[in-house]
Amino acid sequence: MSIASLRINWVILKTCIEEKLVYRSDFAFATFVRFLPIVTQIFLWGAIYADDPGRSRNGYNYADMVAYYLLAMVGRAFSSMPGLASGIGREIRDGTLKKYLTQPIDMLGFLFWHRIAHKLVYYMVAAGPFALVFYLCRDYFTGWPDGVTVVAWVVSLMMAFLIGFLLEALIGLIGFWFLEVSSLLFIYMMLNYFLSGHMIPLDWIGTEFMAVMQFLPFKFLAYVPATVMLGKYSHQELLFELSIGASWILVLLIANRVVFRLGVKRYGAYGG
Amino acid sequence: MSAISVHNLQKHYKVYQKREGLLASFTGLFNREYKTVKAVEKVSFEIEEGEMVAFLGPNGAGKTTTLKLLAGLIYPSGGEATVLGHIPWKRENVYRRRFSLVMGQKNQLWWDLPAQESFRLHKEIYRIDTVQFNRRIDELTSLLEVKDLVGQPVRELSLGERMRMELIAALLHSPDLLLLDEPTIGLDVVSQRRVQEFLKFYQSERKMTVILTSHYMKDVEALCERAVIINRGRIVHDGPLKEVIDRFSQTKIVELLFAGNEVPDDLARFGQIVEVKSPRVKLEVPRTNIPKLLAELLEQYTIEDVTVSERPLEEVIAEVFTTPEDESLVESGEDSAIDERGV
Repeated sequence: MSIASLRINWVILKTCIEEKLVYRSDFAFATFVRFLPIVTQIFLWGAIYADDPGRSRNGYNYADMVAYYLLAMVGRAFSSMPGLASGIGREIRDGTLKKYLTQPIDMLGFLFWHRIAHKLVYYMVAAGPFALVFYLCRDYFTGWPDGVTVVAWVVSLMMAFLIGFLLEALIGLIGFWFLEVSSLLFIYMMLNYFLSGHMIPLDWIGTEFMAVMQFLPFKFLAYVPATVMLGKYSHQELLFELSIGASWILVLLIANRVVFRLGVKRYGAYGG
Repeated sequence: MSAISVHNLQKHYKVYQKREGLLASFTGLFNREYKTVKAVEKVSFEIEEGEMVAFLGPNGAGKTTTLKLLAGLIYPSGGEATVLGHIPWKRENVYRRRFSLVMGQKNQLWWDLPAQESFRLHKEIYRIDTVQFNRRIDELTSLLEVKDLVGQPVRELSLGERMRMELIAALLHSPDLLLLDEPTIGLDVVSQRRVQEFLKFYQSERKMTVILTSHYMKDVEALCERAVIINRGRIVHDGPLKEVIDRFSQTKIVELLFAGNEVPDDLARFGQIVEVKSPRVKLEVPRTNIPKLLAELLEQYTIEDVTVSERPLEEVIAEVFTTPEDESLVESGEDSAIDERGV
């Protein structure tokens, strides 16, 4: 990447952060609201394990489950992309996509930096509440894993961000064909909630299910970052898992580029 | 030297034809009928560097589609185009740095941020040198009288102020080609005039090539000497704006001021009476009859004043647009796009 490109990306990032900070109250409220499900989920698992919290079910006792869930939520904080696919779909439909086509900028690159800005502002607002929740739930964790695992966890979070971004961008780009992607997005969100391990740990369901999940990218959105931090992988397994994640990033990046190129060819630039 | 060279350019769309009613909506889920719309049909023209050309036509005529093709926003269904030496739909960055597209109905600036933030982003995207950037901002904001507004969020600006900011953003990188699609749409008369005056001044200073589409004939008359009239995807006229009236208007307006307050009641035999405000009368008469008619009128009546004028451009062009296809269309193919008559 040239210095000029770095400068452009830096200015895009700065401008996007400024834009995100315009509606402070809405952003802060939205962030706060996202913490509510954490509380309800902890109560739900509490009810499920009420008879014997220490008893392991499918490899998880109550404390493991809460620890998993909290770490999965950290993964989701990186991989969720609210408004990305619907935004791309809307820009295709109403013709505002033209700014990416007539100006010397790369649309996916622009949206990528826009999303980084969104996440940075989100983390800035959410860091405090997240720290508080983890502090209050510290007894559910068994302690810090080794340094290599922590590094692998950070890498897995970056991957969660990239895979989440590329999957949603791909759905948005399907708008070149469908124009309206909200139903497709709804299906994706449903699958994502379950197949990413956001709802329950994937290995909780069974080995056959887990075997199928190995061939899909969804587990990298929540399950992999959470289980990496829980120390469920040996160092060798970590390398293998992260290599698979990197391969998915490459595949999805190519898919995005191809779909964008094909989509632009059939783009009608409607809306004035 | 040609800045734009277009040859037999075509853009066809497949459009879903929905029948009326709820039942048709349900059947449309399983079986859809499509129609091919020829938005641009074998259009050919050349535009020289530094020319300012108006694209005129009714809604859906193909003006904006032609601009979108030249901007590389859409791919053509056929034909060729070279703009500033580039094929637009290849969208090379080197080409995208040399033109700007401004659409009056589309906002390019960041809605929630002051325009100066969008300008700063443009500076990086178009790699504008800092000294030049500051100089251009200073010049453009002064010319468009928005110096005090660049720090105000775009959403809080009026439509006219916003359009002026859009123009600044479009001109910051000093493009060689400016594509303007309805730049004054929705603006009040004062804002319209300000934009017109600015465009006229700036174009004459910079010698940019400009294509303008507008429904406001005042824009067109103020800015362009050449007009390309497009109707139903085809070019029906390409030549000097003043020739539009000569070519498409078969009549002129004769205004008579009769002596005394009496207006003769047999004037209909000379032409169509357009307006009577005694003692003034406006007649629309065939151009070829003017000398004979004036001689007869002056011989038969006592007339204090006579004025002969062309019909308003707006009226003539509206007539061109509403003329049935067979009568108005001139095939704009390889041989017939521009003939001796300037067609």
